[in-house]
Amino acid sequence: MAVEHVILEMRSITKEFPGVKALSDVSLTVKAGEIHAICGENGAGKSTLMKVLSGVYPYGSYSGDIILQGVEMRFKDIRSSEAAGVAIIHQELALIPELSITENIFLGNEPTKWGAIDWIGAKRTAYELLARVGLRDDPDTQVKNIGVGKQQLVEIAKALNKSVKVLILDEPTAALNEADSQHLLDLIRGLKGKGISSIMISHKLNEIEQIADTITIIRDGRSIETLNIAADGVNEDRIIRGMVGRSLESRFPDRTPKIGEVFFEVRDWTVQHPQVSERMVAKGSNLTVRTGEIVGIAGLMGAGRTELAMSIFGRSYGNFISGRIFKDGKEIVLRNVGEAIDHGLAYVSEDRKALGLNLLDDIKRSVVSAKLSKISVGSVVNDAKEYSIAEEYRKNLRIKTPNVEMGVSKLSGGNQQKVVLAKWMFTDPDILILDEPTRGIDVGAKYEIYGIIQALAAQGKGVILISSELPELLGLADRIYTIFEGAITDCIDGADADPETLMKSMTSAKKKVRSI
Amino acid sequence: MSGNTTTTEKRKSIFGSNIRQFGILFSLIAIIVLFQILTGGLTLSPGNLINLVSQYSYILILAIGMVMVIIAGHIDLSVGSVAAFAGIVVATSMSQWNFPWPLALLFGLLVGAVIGAWQGFWVAYIGVPAFIVTLAGMLIFRGGNQFFGNANTVPVPEGFTVIGAGYLPEVGPTTGYNNLTLLLGFAIAIAIAVREWRARRVQKTMHSDSSPLWASLVKIGLLDAVVIYATFLFAGGRVGTSFPVSGIILGVLVLFYSFVTRNTILGRHVYAVGGNKLAAELSGVNSRRVDFLVMMNMSILSALAGMIFVARAGASGPQDGLSWELDAIAAVFIGGAAVSGGIGTVIGSIVGGLVMAVLNNGLQLLGVGSDLVQIIKGMVLLAAVGVDVWNKSQGRPSIIGLLTRKRKVTDPSTPPPAVRPDAGASDTSRPADLPSN
Repeated sequence: MAVEHVILEMRSITKEFPGVKALSDVSLTVKAGEIHAICGENGAGKSTLMKVLSGVYPYGSYSGDIILQGVEMRFKDIRSSEAAGVAIIHQELALIPELSITENIFLGNEPTKWGAIDWIGAKRTAYELLARVGLRDDPDTQVKNIGVGKQQLVEIAKALNKSVKVLILDEPTAALNEADSQHLLDLIRGLKGKGISSIMISHKLNEIEQIADTITIIRDGRSIETLNIAADGVNEDRIIRGMVGRSLESRFPDRTPKIGEVFFEVRDWTVQHPQVSERMVAKGSNLTVRTGEIVGIAGLMGAGRTELAMSIFGRSYGNFISGRIFKDGKEIVLRNVGEAIDHGLAYVSEDRKALGLNLLDDIKRSVVSAKLSKISVGSVVNDAKEYSIAEEYRKNLRIKTPNVEMGVSKLSGGNQQKVVLAKWMFTDPDILILDEPTRGIDVGAKYEIYGIIQALAAQGKGVILISSELPELLGLADRIYTIFEGAITDCIDGADADPETLMKSMTSAKKKVRSI
Repeated sequence: MSGNTTTTEKRKSIFGSNIRQFGILFSLIAIIVLFQILTGGLTLSPGNLINLVSQYSYILILAIGMVMVIIAGHIDLSVGSVAAFAGIVVATSMSQWNFPWPLALLFGLLVGAVIGAWQGFWVAYIGVPAFIVTLAGMLIFRGGNQFFGNANTVPVPEGFTVIGAGYLPEVGPTTGYNNLTLLLGFAIAIAIAVREWRARRVQKTMHSDSSPLWASLVKIGLLDAVVIYATFLFAGGRVGTSFPVSGIILGVLVLFYSFVTRNTILGRHVYAVGGNKLAAELSGVNSRRVDFLVMMNMSILSALAGMIFVARAGASGPQDGLSWELDAIAAVFIGGAAVSGGIGTVIGSIVGGLVMAVLNNGLQLLGVGSDLVQIIKGMVLLAAVGVDVWNKSQGRPSIIGLLTRKRKVTDPSTPPPAVRPDAGASDTSRPADLPSN
């Protein structure tokens, strides 16, 4: 961009909620045709700022000015911000699964001809929009039938249809695999070429480093600094330093592994997809875990990591076809979750809100919920024990809450994850399967979770760690299995692993499992 | 600390943390006082109170089962028909097959269990939504009642009527009151005091912030005053009447099911399945079993309610139990349950049921026609739930905020409210201490 003129300016925005100052005196300047990243820990105020910008919080509920192309804006709702050319794409997609791509693109904005919806014209426009975002699917396809990555593109197409000038993306790649993420990032870069500015919120610092022109760092509701990637020579460590206010010497706590013998083994594990009978989500997988070992599982989204884990955990996913599980030298049969728990298995789901917690419950009831029998006499739950156990975990795991009677829905993501971990630690498992344990959690809380994982291994438990973040696997795991299309393709020693080798095994079907 | 904070705390320490239930209780008291004035003291007269209990006990029994069904995320539309079917079968068993009445009573419960197993099977193991299964059940068992009894009325013997029309007998010296009712009342008053005292002890051992002594004393004082006042009312009725047997059955069931839902593993599982079925299953809860049991339990209680009604009426007929399901469901929702499941309490539903009962009774005493009574009941249901939903969407916790016009003062120790968009305070980057176990 030769001429750098400012398209959007937010001046000293302050937004208060009862009892909380979410934003205080935050300023943001976005130039035309740039990609502007906003970084900050969870709860720093990034999403609030974007909601102010997109009119979710209407004019008057905050103080400060929004100036778009030199004109002061007073958005009263999302519609008015969209009309002015600001579109937001939320973390949770706002598409209707039962409707087609075309219907979704034009939802609330339907083109009409003589009072009726002009579907032919709409479809024609949909084709053009899909071509712009690089999606080759039939616009008549129902949205529920396309993957999350493509849904994200449909969202962008929807925004483009509204002649957007500033596109806000809230964690756009959080649910995408590497390939889809890359495609999306390329698309955002392409839009930049066409003069559309993007504001991007992301926890994936490597992506920000790769794509953003400018970074504004927000901490505790204040804008800390604005960095120019190229001019300031910004790297990930520099961003983290800004986010947490000081540098993290190490992103992983120190640990000396004490690894024993193989005590848990899965053999020839084959599982069928619950709906598509010809599709196998696990194909003769073999897996071993030693005491005190952290075993990583790497694979792209959809490779079958969660499916493998959940099917081992009491056949809670798919149709079991064949396979055997051995623990401490004896074969065990786990037909349901109850039996899995009784045999000392625990599974921390990747989706803590949908699968990990009952959001209506409070902390103390959540902590004991997976093994009520442990604090019950007969069938009667001992409330006093429940309370003291929850208190213990609150202290040990540093769950930030005034008391354990607080509802889990009121906790931040990191603290909710600690409650889920406490819930499974309470069952006193020998094998812990952790599925994306740090998803959507900020840097500081991640470090704490890593500490907990390592401490569990130090107690001699076996930990199976599934993660989409390769640095996390490389930093924690003693051994890493790679999965591709339901099959285990490799097993690499943690010390020998690097991102390139892992990625190679995660994307190739060649099977070359070394046994230990 | 402002004056508001202290009043909030005082209120909390007396009535416990469940402000929502307090709101409904408050409404109940308000309605009772209103009708007491409007009817010129008739509402709280011994005769009317005794009548109220025996007339609504079976609806309240249904509400107990219904709240568990609704907490688990289901609904049961068949309760009135199941009650009618069980009623006619039991009446026939006594009049035609000469079952002695205690056996007939057990037989009735068994009929309820079999029907419940049937409906539970479809809901839990086939996966048909409970709305459909019980809509079908509503038709099947209403028809069953008429088929079985040839659409006739079947009388029941004298002994059986005790559970519906019986009272605590007159024993002991002449005091001018029913002695057993007095004894029962005093026992309850003492039990309340003992329970509060024990709760305080448990709180102390847990080192939790136990409420101050005066709060406990005020609480005991208030509750016991109500209990003793009610005791003298019930005991002071016409000779031969006193606290109804059906009321005692209801009381025992309330205690039992409150305990089950609050303190047992099964109770926890009901809430877990209703709150988040997938998470519950991944925590080892057998959700099918829970669904089956709550449906089955509902039908057993329906059968019991049907038998109490038949006992009170002296005969079983084809119109028994008509639209009971709606009264029971209304009671549960007025009592604070959530349509989506996971939320609700037995006590709340009983209070909700009493709101409807007192309303119904009071309007009848005033001579209001049944057309208007229905309209008013409908408006009350809508208003009660509507006010609550509206309050929630405004971020206020409950009805009580509206009633007292006091904004909850933010306690500095409480975290930001749930409306905070990106959920929660930031965690520091402090390393975790190693977990101790």
